[in-house]
Amino acid sequence: MSESHTSTVPVILSAFITGLIFAIGLGISGMTDTTKVLGFLTLNSDWNPALMLVMGGAIVVHAVVYQIVKRRPSPMFTDGFHIPTRTDIDRPLLVGATLFGLGWGIGGICPGPGVVSIFSGSTEVLVFVVMMAVGAFGWQQIQRKL
Amino acid sequence: MNQFVMAIIGGGLIGVAASILLMTQGRIAGISGIAGALMKSEVTDKGWRWAFFIGLLCGGALLLIVSPEVFVISKERPIWMMAIAGLLVGFGTQMGNGCTSGHGVCGITRLSPRSLVATGVFMVFGMLISTVLTGVLS
Repeated sequence: MSESHTSTVPVILSAFITGLIFAIGLGISGMTDTTKVLGFLTLNSDWNPALMLVMGGAIVVHAVVYQIVKRRPSPMFTDGFHIPTRTDIDRPLLVGATLFGLGWGIGGICPGPGVVSIFSGSTEVLVFVVMMAVGAFGWQQIQRKL
Repeated sequence: MNQFVMAIIGGGLIGVAASILLMTQGRIAGISGIAGALMKSEVTDKGWRWAFFIGLLCGGALLLIVSPEVFVISKERPIWMMAIAGLLVGFGTQMGNGCTSGHGVCGITRLSPRSLVATGVFMVFGMLISTVLTGVLS
């Protein structure tokens, strides 16, 4: 697909609106509050199950739309769907998910809330996001050499 | 408002956002994948990715103006731990092709075997380390 086709005004605008709504959803849901995230990930007598409903709510809404959209021949503004088709469970998937889980459990921040919280004025968030970019770049460099 | 109600409404909005991207351009709203590709020189279709990323930042700025109380950082974890956490999250999500949004929301919705496994793995290890650290630090 050509560069010009993927950068049309409707494509750019809908991607922007997606990011905007996603960020507001993350904020409202409690995902930008690491006391809640750590309260969810810490299984002790103070366990807070609230955040389970975030993934639950998102999946229910998205599942309904997915069932409708997948019957359509193409999306509204582009030629085709770009949905991952791989089904193999390989080592990078397992190791990557493990490392991500450990990082999420240590800091209470996953990529979305990290980006959304950049302007919140917290040094912890800034350090987290900078190191997240460093880590991401690190794997990308290793992958190139594999 | 009750935190359970907020979680459902917020989660629903995340579902709406993911649905808009799927309906309009047939893409998966995976934040680590979209943001990670912005750092790759070989990726040519960066326009919509930047638009999504800037949308996230604008949403964050809007929240900061309208309801700054949604941003809370626990002082439970010292800053050096946050540095390690960031490194692991960045490295791990690129290596494992996804995070809470791409695997956790979009992948589970499609019942993708890779996403179901990845989500199970990151939830288990996230809960394990957080529970251990809270026990050790308190």
